[in-house]
Amino acid sequence: MTIKNRKLHINNISLTITAVLFVALFTFGSVSYDQFFSLSTFLNLFNDNAYLIIASVGVTFVLLTGGIDISIASTIAFTCVFSAYLLRLGVAEYIVIPLVLLIGILLGLGMGYMIQEYKLQPFIVTLAGQFFMRGLCSVISTQSIPITNEFYKHVALNKIKLGSGKIYYYVFIALIIIFAAVYLLKYTRFGRCIYAIGGNEQSANLMGLPVRRTKITVYAISSFCAALAGVVFSFYTLAGYSLQNIGLELDAISSAVIGGTLLTGGVGSVLGTTVGVLIQGIIQTIVTYQNLNTWWTKVAIAALLCIFIVIQRMISSRTEKGKR
Amino acid sequence: MKKITRITGWQAFWPIMILLGILIFNVIITGGSFLEMKIVDHHLYGRIIDIIRNGSKLMLLSIGLTLVLATGGTDISVGSTMAISGAVACSIISGTLLTGVGGNVFVAILVALLAGAACGAWNGFLVSKIKIQPIVATMILMVAGRGIAQLITRGKIVTVNSDAYYFINGGYIFGLPFPLFIVGFALLLSLLLTKRTAFGLFLEATGCNSNASKFTGIHVSKIKFLVYTCSGILAAIAGLIESAGIKGADCNNAGLMIELDAILAVAIGGTSLNGGRFSIPASIVGAIILQSITTTVYAIGVPPEIIQVIKAVLVIIICLFQSTQFKTAMMNKLRIRKVA
Repeated sequence: MTIKNRKLHINNISLTITAVLFVALFTFGSVSYDQFFSLSTFLNLFNDNAYLIIASVGVTFVLLTGGIDISIASTIAFTCVFSAYLLRLGVAEYIVIPLVLLIGILLGLGMGYMIQEYKLQPFIVTLAGQFFMRGLCSVISTQSIPITNEFYKHVALNKIKLGSGKIYYYVFIALIIIFAAVYLLKYTRFGRCIYAIGGNEQSANLMGLPVRRTKITVYAISSFCAALAGVVFSFYTLAGYSLQNIGLELDAISSAVIGGTLLTGGVGSVLGTTVGVLIQGIIQTIVTYQNLNTWWTKVAIAALLCIFIVIQRMISSRTEKGKR
Repeated sequence: MKKITRITGWQAFWPIMILLGILIFNVIITGGSFLEMKIVDHHLYGRIIDIIRNGSKLMLLSIGLTLVLATGGTDISVGSTMAISGAVACSIISGTLLTGVGGNVFVAILVALLAGAACGAWNGFLVSKIKIQPIVATMILMVAGRGIAQLITRGKIVTVNSDAYYFINGGYIFGLPFPLFIVGFALLLSLLLTKRTAFGLFLEATGCNSNASKFTGIHVSKIKFLVYTCSGILAAIAGLIESAGIKGADCNNAGLMIELDAILAVAIGGTSLNGGRFSIPASIVGAIILQSITTTVYAIGVPPEIIQVIKAVLVIIICLFQSTQFKTAMMNKLRIRKVA
């Protein structure tokens, strides 16, 4: 019981730090630049990062069990290219979208099965998944395919006006995913089982929790979210291109880490991850306002990542000492 | 019989057999022209020479990664380190960085290698002292590395005009391409280090059980620090070969995704990704296999995009054969069939 309390404690500390950092960055931006402080800046963070939020939430599930999934960027690209290709062939959108989501789930199940049943390293299996999906993208088309479907255009271009800002329809998909994930992790057996596995897989197994099923399911969830993020991304860009989003898996993982997810598993939250994505978004915005080279974004994010990992390391090593 | 099992039990045996298979396949489909070598201006040309020259970067990286993987770690920052070393060398030669040396090629190479060593040491510090998981620790440099390289070149593609620098990739000694000698030298040095000193033993011990090794008195954190630094230096050399090949520094594309290829090469070589038993020659063979697959795919006229799919399937097959769970599952199936 004490250990559980302490873990939750770590969770709260990280989430607080992340939230404070977000507010601090936003305040910094508002003080430094005219017209930064506005509802539209805030809402644009969601508009521009909706797909990243969905993908990061998915990957958080895997990270919580102590695994890793680096195939998501390719899955997003594959979803975009494949749906653009099918739409160009004249297939209706209500067939295309469920189909790509199903492919995502199947991919995740396959990877999860190999990781769980044959005890392969998650890093290597999802690496193979990454190569596989990226390769399939290029096999379908190496050129960018535009999407001219009416439904896609409708979702992509329509928005709700909110004061000075606007929210695109597809942002609501991200919000629904966030709420569903919070509910799933906090209030269901499945969610608690994920935390238990991340804390100590052997104990979870001995307690009679369905470790095998849960571990395979988290990979399916991650790939499903990646496919959904791909659908949202194709709303966002209205095109499918085989080389898009290279390196996005690292953005998603670093969002989760900045949001307080421990990469050894067991600690973290979806809300933290969401704030992590928003922090990356705001750094991007500040770099744009400052008129700097976009590469500063990467350096700043890496520096943040480093600081957060070291802080986590310090907190968790203190907990370990407490246990002894 | 004993001799045969000794040969087949050697770690590099199966990788070499696969390589021979690929080469024979190539010879058949090209009708023998695959093996042809021409001597033009006292330089050797041919498909095989091409494979070795183009695969030299991968071979260097796979030497470094074998050492890292043997300790049970990973290094996914080697691609970024390549970009940094290329950026440093080209900036110095073109005179935008360290203007005092006046574009001296040797100083440039030395500073680039030092930069690589610094990158490796940073990874080693995070892994061995702060005890961060290797994937995460090296991910930091992977994300930041290209940004740092861009800051060094100020966001431009720096081109250099120096024959001495081009020599690193395009030069010939005794009719053989220069990168071959670099790989040979690195291989020799690493073999001496791991086979003729106790270092190799410590390495394997660290990978098998890091805690137990610590209690037997091995300086686990020093060993880990050292292997990441080695990996950084080797990545820097690979970066120099790459940038000398394109005669400039392209921070966006230098060594992009090559870290995954390098890990794959080591895996093909049979070194377990969980640490422990390792073989540097087997990893080199793994790197050559990957390069020959690429060359083969080009040669038989399949769209080159399919290479990644082939690689993905390969990784899974190799990993499955390394997994004891998979082996027992297969054995059980076979046994049931025999009984029935």
